[in-house]
Amino acid sequence: MCAKPIKDDAKSKVGTTGHSWDGIEELNNPLPRWWLWTFYLCILFAFGYTIAYPAWPLIHRATPGVLGASTRADVEADIQHFDALNAPIKAKLVAADLMAIEGDDALKTYALAAGKSLFATNCAPCHGAGAAGVQGLGYPNLLDNDWLYGGAIDAIHATITHGVRNTVDPDARNVGLYMPAWSDKASGPLADMATAKLSTDQIGQVAHYVLKLSGQTAEEAKATAGAQLFTENCVACHGEDGKGNRDLGAPNLTDAIWLYGGDEVTLTKTLAEGRGGVMPSWGYSSASSTARLTEADIRAVAVYVHSLGGGE
Amino acid sequence: MAFLDKHKIIEKNASILLVLSLLVVLIGGLVQIVPLFYLQNTIETVQGMRPYTPLELAGRDIYIREGCYVCHSQMIRPMRDEVERYGHYSLAAESMYDHPFQWGSKRTGPDLARVGGKYSNAWHVDHLSNPEAIVPESVMPKYAFLATSPLDPQFMADEMKTHRMVGVPYTDDQIANAKADFVAQDTPDGDASGLIGRYGAKVTVADFDGKPGVSEMDALVAYLQMLGTLVDFSTFTPDASR
Repeated sequence: MCAKPIKDDAKSKVGTTGHSWDGIEELNNPLPRWWLWTFYLCILFAFGYTIAYPAWPLIHRATPGVLGASTRADVEADIQHFDALNAPIKAKLVAADLMAIEGDDALKTYALAAGKSLFATNCAPCHGAGAAGVQGLGYPNLLDNDWLYGGAIDAIHATITHGVRNTVDPDARNVGLYMPAWSDKASGPLADMATAKLSTDQIGQVAHYVLKLSGQTAEEAKATAGAQLFTENCVACHGEDGKGNRDLGAPNLTDAIWLYGGDEVTLTKTLAEGRGGVMPSWGYSSASSTARLTEADIRAVAVYVHSLGGGE
Repeated sequence: MAFLDKHKIIEKNASILLVLSLLVVLIGGLVQIVPLFYLQNTIETVQGMRPYTPLELAGRDIYIREGCYVCHSQMIRPMRDEVERYGHYSLAAESMYDHPFQWGSKRTGPDLARVGGKYSNAWHVDHLSNPEAIVPESVMPKYAFLATSPLDPQFMADEMKTHRMVGVPYTDDQIANAKADFVAQDTPDGDASGLIGRYGAKVTVADFDGKPGVSEMDALVAYLQMLGTLVDFSTFTPDASR
């Protein structure tokens, strides 16, 4: 391999690679010792590593490695460690009387902190990072004091546990109960729920009555005609005074807070096509599914939501 | 130096170099890939996994077409922060009917491996139509056009046959009823007993986008609502030594 040494070169002992370009030759220096040894050590380390950690495939499984490393065991241990740390306060939270949680400083501090992070993960996609909901799309604002099903901690807790109109939880609020589609042109399950078929004119009259109820500008003639239709069809849920009914999740129509919108166009749409918002069940479990949140988690979220400003 | 001198022969003959490097790569590939086909603990045995319904399969195609995987992963890693946020870490069995799998490699948006059932159908429709309306800080593009693009199940049976060729256990019955099942899953007041008989009681039957007819929105939401819900975790004990 070595070409003939260049006699008058001090480094001639190493010879050249034999490559020559216009008389310029390349010395064949050996690799630095430190580099070579690092290289050999790396190879050695690699073999050691495959012995220490899961690596070589055998007949039924790979070698488990002498250290017994397992990401699955690690995550389980990790979760168990923190669960164990939180277990006493969680047990206390579950055992506590719902309405008394806020009176206990330790519980309240824990519930607010845990509830906040749980809310960010699970509730924020619909209710917003700041819990203001989405105006006009039917995702309720949780900051105000207008509640469809009640704003006390136990009511909030029940709503979170079972959700609203979901297909999973038989205890969900308002299963099969919707704002019907009143239009005589509507079809489908929401139209089937309506006790009467209203013409476009009649829907306009009811819309104007609702405008009047909520203190907005309404045409008096239409509102008067609408009042009659309201009494015939709407009072069963919304009440004679239009103040709603929490047992049925029927909203108060006399205030300025609207889930979908209180202008004439939106009211007409709501009346004609119906509404029926859905909230998932966070506490429902069955033989084949586990609850999304534990009881302690749901209580924490309930306390957090209750603390946002509108709690009763 | 005799050994290195022999190595020079390889270095100086491109064809030999090519053949020998191919050999090395092949051996490396075989050692890494082949064991996955026969090792018993590669894919755990779980209860509940089933092939996707025709509507879900069509939704999955839209998921791929729109490049959802570019920003969303479907792989919950076994780490505490991920398990606490998204749910049980993903199992290999959960993507056994995915060709190709949708694990993804980047999360601009959240992981979707267990998004099924987390939100209402209406939320998905609202959110896909205009993500910023629901989540103001979102950078996700709008997919409102999905709701106005009707979807024809014409080729679903063919696609299911293709999936069967690569190992998805679609039965003849499922393939023969592809069109009927496709429509039945989007028709809540229709007769879905055939669909449920073929795919199990856990199939979600709903008018996903709330509009008549099957749109691409229906299919995509049907697919999203199924994600991560199939495995029965009450009967599953993870083998920790994996």
